[in-house]
Amino acid sequence: MKLTSLTLAAALIGGAALAGEVAPKDVQYDESGAVAASLTGGAGDAINGAMLAGTKSKGNCVACHAITALADVPFHGEVGPSLDGAGERWSEAELRGLLTDAKMTFDGTVMPAFYKVDGFTRPGNAYTGKAAEEALTPILSAQEIEDVIAFLATLKEE
Amino acid sequence: MGKTLTAITLAAVAFGSVASADETAELVVNGDLNMVTRTAAPAHLSDVLDEINSGWLYRKDETQSLQTDDFDNPGMIFVDLAQDEWDTVEGTEDKSCASCHDDVEDSMKGVRAVYPKWNETAGEVRTLAMQINDCRVNQMGADKWKYTGGDMAGMEALISVQSRGMPVDVAIDGPAQSTWEEGKEMYYTRTGQLDLSCANCHEENYGNMIRADHLSQGQINGFPTYRLKNAKLNTSHARFKGCVRDTRAETYKPGSSEFVALELYVASRGNGLSVEAPAVRN
Ligand code: HEC
Ligand code: HEC
Ligand code: HEC
Repeated sequence: MKLTSLTLAAALIGGAALAGEVAPKDVQYDESGAVAASLTGGAGDAINGAMLAGTKSKGNCVACHAITALADVPFHGEVGPSLDGAGERWSEAELRGLLTDAKMTFDGTVMPAFYKVDGFTRPGNAYTGKAAEEALTPILSAQEIEDVIAFLATLKEE
Repeated sequence: MGKTLTAITLAAVAFGSVASADETAELVVNGDLNMVTRTAAPAHLSDVLDEINSGWLYRKDETQSLQTDDFDNPGMIFVDLAQDEWDTVEGTEDKSCASCHDDVEDSMKGVRAVYPKWNETAGEVRTLAMQINDCRVNQMGADKWKYTGGDMAGMEALISVQSRGMPVDVAIDGPAQSTWEEGKEMYYTRTGQLDLSCANCHEENYGNMIRADHLSQGQINGFPTYRLKNAKLNTSHARFKGCVRDTRAETYKPGSSEFVALELYVASRGNGLSVEAPAVRN
């Protein structure tokens, strides 16, 4: 249900922020890279967030991070630290900042910005290798970012 | 921090089990050809790497072993086909490669190890593929081969085999230097919506798993490589294209001046490793 409505919404609005949402260019970072306000104004759905974190075409967080809670998803990467306990180490605002643009927290990190649409070199049309013809859409939508945050908040050490 | 580390280790044991590659193995081909798969980094890399490693080290045992015997190496089939091609007369001049270069084993020994290379007459850095097409067009009066196509990859493999075991030794100074600098700039430039450079994956993260892939240093001493995934020889420019595409970027074209520069730079990062082509990859 949830998935269908998200997909539909994305198709309808062509990636532009929905009314009431914070657009990628309007995200406000504090000096440590955290983002206080929810991008949607509401809370996220942790179950959907878990799905997004483990899905290749979505967050694909497991490409770089091991997450014990997603042990049923095969092949977790080692490029970033394990996310076990991330919900204890980081506040919701800090997690939001890490997701929208991790470079605001960790200067020069290899972690991609999931809610950013400009400032790239040779931006492509997704994974086609062709030039992007239209304005880029963020890799995750505002709602999806909030969903992943809700999932990460559930990750406690042991 | 200690806690995080433990969690990583545990997690790696639990689901990182794909990393069964033996990074300490020795590569000996056909029982007597000893390959240098790890050696001191060339001087120009000394501020970023101590050691350079062949991509062979990062492959699983089964894939590694396919490269130890030419009868098991599926890439050798394409080398045999290219040998026929070498002797085939084509084009308006009624010539084959052999008409001018005679026995490939003698004339092409050591050639692959120094390519890409500055060509004084043309005033440009040439890759093997560019030189092959130059001979086809200007010496034979034949059609160009597609830069990343099967004929080209096969011929590159045949020529490379004549240098197998010799150290990669491309020149980066003199007239090639500006091209090399351009390639270096590209290597460190982050591209695409994922904003990643070659260095982010192959210099900062080699040895780490990225999803199901064990990251190597992205060396090209084994190119063209036979990949089990697509059951053919793959050229370095096709690989570069795939890696750039995976950053959600607009790629460069195989054979473009940009990829030629990148090839020269990446080849130079492998100066000292043995020419391994055709290597076997998953
Ligand atoms: C291409 C690699 C890559 C991808 C993909 C990636 N990350 Fe990261 N992430 C990193 C790295 C590397 C770090 C460590 C920060 C640093 O020092 O650069 C990191 C750090 C983090 C941290 C803080 C680490 C801690 O101590 O808990 C969190 C939280 C995080 N990432 C969440 C995510 C989530 C959620 C996703 C997917 C939506 C994701 N990452 C995707 C590479 C990645
Ligand atoms: C009519 C003569 C002729 C034919 C036919 C010919 N070549 Fe050449 N080839 C040359 C000459 C001359 C050079 C030197 C070019 C130069 O340095 O500018 C050369 C150079 C090369 C080199 C570079 C050698 C080095 O040491 O740098 C390669 C590789 C090569 N040829 C491959 C081939 C292949 C493969 C074919 C057939 C598809 C072929 N050639 C057909 C004349 C020929
Ligand atoms: C997002 C990560 C990533 C980036 C960025 C990346 N690569 Fe790769 N590359 C890979 C993976 C994964 C493989 C397959 C495993 C391996 O051999 O490392 C690979 C393989 C290669 C190989 C084959 C190595 C072999 O021995 O078979 C070469 C060469 C290579 N990359 C070059 C490059 C170059 C040049 C760039 C920059 C233009 C680049 N890569 C950018 C992930 C990346």
